[in-house]
Amino acid sequence: MTDSKYFTTTKKGEIFELKAELNSDKKEKKKEAVKKVIASMTVGKDVSALFPDVVNCMQTDNLELKKLVYLYLMNYAKSQPDMAIMAVNTFVKDCEDPNPLIRALAVRTMGCIRVDKITEYLCEPLRKCLKDEDPYVRKTAAVCVAKLHDINAQLVEDQGFLDTLKDLISDSNPMVVANAVAALSEIAESHPNSNLMDLNPQTINKLLTALNECTEWGQIFILDCLANYTPRDDRESQSICERVTPRLSHANSAVVLSAVKVLMKFMEMLPKDLDYYGTLLKKLAPPLVTLLSAEPELQYVALRNINLIVQRRPEILKHEMKVFFVKYNDPIYVKLEKLDIMIRLASQANIAQVLAELKEYATEVDVDFVRKAVRAIGRCAIKVEQSAERCVSTLLDLIQTKVNYVVQEAIVVIKDIFRKYPNKYESVIATLCENLDSLDEPEARAAMIWIVGEYAERIDNADELLESFLEGFHDESTQVQLQLLTAIVKLFLKKPTETQELVQQVLSLATQDSDNPDLRDRGYIYWRLLSTDPVAAKEVVLAEKPLISEETDLIEPTLLEELICHIGTLASVYHKPPSAFVEGSRGVQHKRLPGSAGSGESESPDAGSAGGVSEAPPAVIPSQGDLLGDLLNLDLTPPTATGPPPPSSGMQMGAMDLLGGGLDSLMGDESEPPHIPPRTHTPQSPQLPHQSPSPPDYSPTELGGDLGGSPAMGSGFGGPPAAMPASFSAPVSGGLDDLFDLGGGVGMPMGAYSPPKTIWLPAMKAKGLEILGTFARRAGVIQMEMTLTNKAMSVMSDFAIQFNRNSFGLAPAGPLQVLTPLSPNQSIEVALPLNTVGPIMKMEPLNNLQVAVKNNIDVFYFSCQYPISMLFVEDGTMDRQVFLATWKDIPNDNEAQFQIKDCHLNSDAASNKLQGSNIFTIAKRTVEGQDMLYQSIKLTNGIWVLAELKVQAGNPNFMVSLKCRAPEVSQCVFQSYEAVLKN
Amino acid sequence: MSTKRNFIDLQRHLKDRTRGAFSAAHTLLPYWHRVTHQWQLESAAEMIHSLFLINHTGDIFLEKHWKSVISRGVCDYFLEVKEKAVEPENVPPVLQTPHHYLISIYRDKLFFLSVIQTEVPPLFVIEFLHRVADTFQDYFGECSESIIKDNVVTVYELLEEMLDNGFPLATESNILKEMIKPPTILRSVVNTLTVLLFFPGSSNVGDKLPTGQLSNIPWRRAAVKYTNNEAYFDVIEEIDAILDKSGMTVFAEIQGVIEACTRLSGMPDLTLSFMNPRLLDDVSFHPCVRFKRWESERVLSFIPPDGNFTLMTYHVSSQNLVAIPVYVKQNISFFETGSCGRLDITIGPKQTMGKMVEGLMVTVHMPKAVLSVNLTASQGNYTYDLATKVLVWDIGKLNPQKPPNLRGTLSVQSGAPRPEENPALDIKLKIQQLAISGLKVNRLDMYGEKYKPFKGVKYMTKAGKFQVRT
Repeated sequence: MTDSKYFTTTKKGEIFELKAELNSDKKEKKKEAVKKVIASMTVGKDVSALFPDVVNCMQTDNLELKKLVYLYLMNYAKSQPDMAIMAVNTFVKDCEDPNPLIRALAVRTMGCIRVDKITEYLCEPLRKCLKDEDPYVRKTAAVCVAKLHDINAQLVEDQGFLDTLKDLISDSNPMVVANAVAALSEIAESHPNSNLMDLNPQTINKLLTALNECTEWGQIFILDCLANYTPRDDRESQSICERVTPRLSHANSAVVLSAVKVLMKFMEMLPKDLDYYGTLLKKLAPPLVTLLSAEPELQYVALRNINLIVQRRPEILKHEMKVFFVKYNDPIYVKLEKLDIMIRLASQANIAQVLAELKEYATEVDVDFVRKAVRAIGRCAIKVEQSAERCVSTLLDLIQTKVNYVVQEAIVVIKDIFRKYPNKYESVIATLCENLDSLDEPEARAAMIWIVGEYAERIDNADELLESFLEGFHDESTQVQLQLLTAIVKLFLKKPTETQELVQQVLSLATQDSDNPDLRDRGYIYWRLLSTDPVAAKEVVLAEKPLISEETDLIEPTLLEELICHIGTLASVYHKPPSAFVEGSRGVQHKRLPGSAGSGESESPDAGSAGGVSEAPPAVIPSQGDLLGDLLNLDLTPPTATGPPPPSSGMQMGAMDLLGGGLDSLMGDESEPPHIPPRTHTPQSPQLPHQSPSPPDYSPTELGGDLGGSPAMGSGFGGPPAAMPASFSAPVSGGLDDLFDLGGGVGMPMGAYSPPKTIWLPAMKAKGLEILGTFARRAGVIQMEMTLTNKAMSVMSDFAIQFNRNSFGLAPAGPLQVLTPLSPNQSIEVALPLNTVGPIMKMEPLNNLQVAVKNNIDVFYFSCQYPISMLFVEDGTMDRQVFLATWKDIPNDNEAQFQIKDCHLNSDAASNKLQGSNIFTIAKRTVEGQDMLYQSIKLTNGIWVLAELKVQAGNPNFMVSLKCRAPEVSQCVFQSYEAVLKN
Repeated sequence: MSTKRNFIDLQRHLKDRTRGAFSAAHTLLPYWHRVTHQWQLESAAEMIHSLFLINHTGDIFLEKHWKSVISRGVCDYFLEVKEKAVEPENVPPVLQTPHHYLISIYRDKLFFLSVIQTEVPPLFVIEFLHRVADTFQDYFGECSESIIKDNVVTVYELLEEMLDNGFPLATESNILKEMIKPPTILRSVVNTLTVLLFFPGSSNVGDKLPTGQLSNIPWRRAAVKYTNNEAYFDVIEEIDAILDKSGMTVFAEIQGVIEACTRLSGMPDLTLSFMNPRLLDDVSFHPCVRFKRWESERVLSFIPPDGNFTLMTYHVSSQNLVAIPVYVKQNISFFETGSCGRLDITIGPKQTMGKMVEGLMVTVHMPKAVLSVNLTASQGNYTYDLATKVLVWDIGKLNPQKPPNLRGTLSVQSGAPRPEENPALDIKLKIQQLAISGLKVNRLDMYGEKYKPFKGVKYMTKAGKFQVRT
């Protein structure tokens, strides 16, 4: 007889039948009936209607029946809270049972019944169980405290359970110790600022002792907890490493990986010349290799982590290349990861082997894998210079196969090889040109066009080739169109005589017939350049391009450091910082690797000074969109500011202004070769021009390369068509006059809204120091902008600033830069960059910030409110599908509606304005003359806010509905909407 | 049924799994909660929220929730990816949905899918899921949809015992069996002392606290008594290798495991030493092994669990020279014109250390265009599955005098382009009484008890992921 019989009851009257059986007098029948109920539960049937009948079976000596009823209770108690009370007496009685198994079972089950009313009855039995003579009961009770805390934190604190838990850390039984630590850590997690789990050398020692004696799962938790500790010096660091190393020999891969995390982190503190450092490096390799012989799922997670480890410390696995060789029956997700790591480990020493492997893979069946293998060959060529020639010939062999997708990938990577080693492998161009017709993917077409343009002087029929692409110009993707435009301009500059017609054709296609603002901008700029100063045009368009960097897809170093601290977690699998996963305003702590410290130095673990690596947010890499924005804004402002100048001369003037002046400065300073941002740097949508033009901080040659249209850069141009279209919708007559339209368009007030400065600290209250201030978000950096005025009689100096804990963890990213003393009646403007990695405490109102400013006279306190819009991050565009799902998923209780009065904008203008403050419109719907804009916002701590904005033509009152998992932010967000729209 | 027979059967079934699964059940599981993660989605407090069992056609046939009930609609994200992946093996183990993470494993044609709401170490979850599958296998003899449905109540009780509120509680087979009896049919089959001693009544659930739960050696129960005291150790090695077209070794390494079966009374303290322990590159031990003594003396010193367990796993890396027991000569080619191709495979002995190679089998995944094959095998039989395009040549024992050969023609779909990809050969083999790495047990000593146990060591070498490229 098997349990499948429990599924065979007839559908109709099933519940009724079960009810009768549950109330039967016969024990066996009752038990059978409960089993049937459980069986129904396992397949997702709703049997909650039987609640009272099942609970009646609870009073029994039969342990199995009791367990089954408990199972049922845990599943359904929440939906039947009143009924659940009926069970309380039995629980209380069971907690007194002579059998420790039953006592533990009762206290465990009670903790799982998440019904408020039950919790108060739970306290007394729990208190007894925490002091039970049997360690099995004590360890069960320890965890129950954590469960109870999750239901009712206040109760746990009031009842003194936390202290009892802390006492259990000194329990004689290691299992109890381990569980107490686990429970405490979990509770500490929901109180990020409490000192529940304050790690000091004594507790660390206890943990390390328990680590040796507890179970595999316990070891994982203890290791993860250890990883949060910052040792005082390298000696302590070494001693912890020594005690953790044996865990590398554990059979449970999760234990191994958690141990690796602790070692990778603490290693940072060891001096590199220490013998032990070398020993440790050697010890790390074998366990990592062993992980790769486990099940594919485990391999996958291991590989994602190894990818981080080889980026941070390539020396660990440099001799282990072969273990990453792909087996034909590895699952595809394992294959792709292995390939990635092979490239990272590729060096002159092993490149021959690697190439042989890659060539092998390029003949496999799986298209995705083959493509990636071909790309990998290109990456090898760029990474290991000595191999470039061999890589190119391998790629040529592959092109000969004529397998369509192989050819296309090969062309894309050969383009990159040209960019790394210019004027070296151009002999292959002829072979490439043979395959022109088979290219149907935009990326491959764009790459080919780039090659033709770049080497136009060596390709006899370059004009014919490009012309053939021009025929279907409008059907091409933006990427291809941009490349084609640039390539033809290049061709024209190189062979002006034969190609005049062609260049005119493409310029008019780009500027007149296209509705893509990026394409038009580029077209106009070229047009103007060519018509005003062909020499300058040559210098710009044919400028020498910087070589592409060796590794294009390395993880940005600060992120890498953070991820190393999170080895083994989901963050490490996704290669995204944990904050990218967080929702809600719980404590988010950015982890940083500790710096190496001399043995004598003792550093405070304070984030600000520890190890020097805790420097605020990563320096923002200027994205191409940003540069373009700066350029346009900077150079186009003068003409618009001086009003419409007379058409003809103004045009000339404007032209000079646009590029003439710019060029001198562009070409004048070549001393610092710019660093090309990695192609896959942290996704950042192109930023909009700032409201007040900041000094042109773009790097000169980069602009040249940019306009020159290198494919990598093309993607920068290809970003969302910012906020131009409004003024472009007017029919364009062509020619240069339109440049002024362009100017007008760009002149629109764009950029993140920043409120005007207000007085934060009046002079009277601060012994003569007056502070006016505001907040702004500039290029993704939050800034606190202040005017400090000395209204006292004496000189002020030694300024410093501190923030109190606040809702979003705002903290100064550096010291307050007031370098010279402030003499009486002098004012100074200060911009203080802020980060959001500080301690968190919910404030009332949410956007309240308490600030302390110190100078040589005294310390002054004030509080101010920041517009929450400065916390809106640039990558706040939510995928439409996700938006839809999220909108549905957030309960309606969380929806807040607001009205914005007297706003005289149409929906497009509103959308543009909001976008300037990182409120992104992801969909628009028009229903009966009413525009509905669906918008998404992401806060620095990962909270998403979804919005629906209703705009009715002619009605100055907008309706905005906000939905968010943390509804408390809605009010602030609404205020920001209002502020942004009305300013 | 003699104990020895039993042991060998169990060995076989244990060995059919790869290494991670071996780590099955180390010690008892205390009642653990999450310790360190500083961040999470919304509310705190559980690791694995729910578990769904899904068969390979995509039907959800069991669900278990450790906290609140999550609608099975959450599986839709997974099923969508599964549809796209074509082969179930290719479904990525970690998936992100708007509000949950789905971490799954694929074993025995079943998906074990867990729903996660907070940041947890994914390996933790994956290891646990494998442990669940191991436990089903252990309890029911196999891990299939039908057997799980047949034992659904036991399954549910097991899951409840293995995880409390989402955290591992008891995952050690010994401990679980003391709390929840395996089903009766199996009980009579396994017929081990343990079961009989511990489950005298008719109930499915043990009512005593498992004895090992809190002692210093939680893996061993107290007061073990046998009339025949015996200890067996099986050294099993798998060769993972990739050979290229010409038969050169591209990559080779050895995964080894020592499976033990100890039936010893009292509290025996064992010491096992090797002739050549320095061979081993990386080792993982059962928690009973004293790591310090291994570090200092390279001996395994331990108080063993009662019954079957994995004493250690080890790894001999590609840096050492790994002996390859057979050579493979092959030629698979397709003609430029016409719709056919040729296949010719010969296998012969290479480095067998004078031992017999058995269980030889070659599997070839043919290109999709290959319609049928017409081959002659000089030894053994071949089959070609038209649907999956898999050619299997079952050879059996390798005759060193007359290396087996398989040759003939392949017919290709007419009009189809010549297949580009090269099918790889997958080789299976077995060599008894040989550990190919050369690892040898030196001696086994017992302290702490007076009796003289019967001791035995066996060696075996098998092909793991052994592939030949063509």
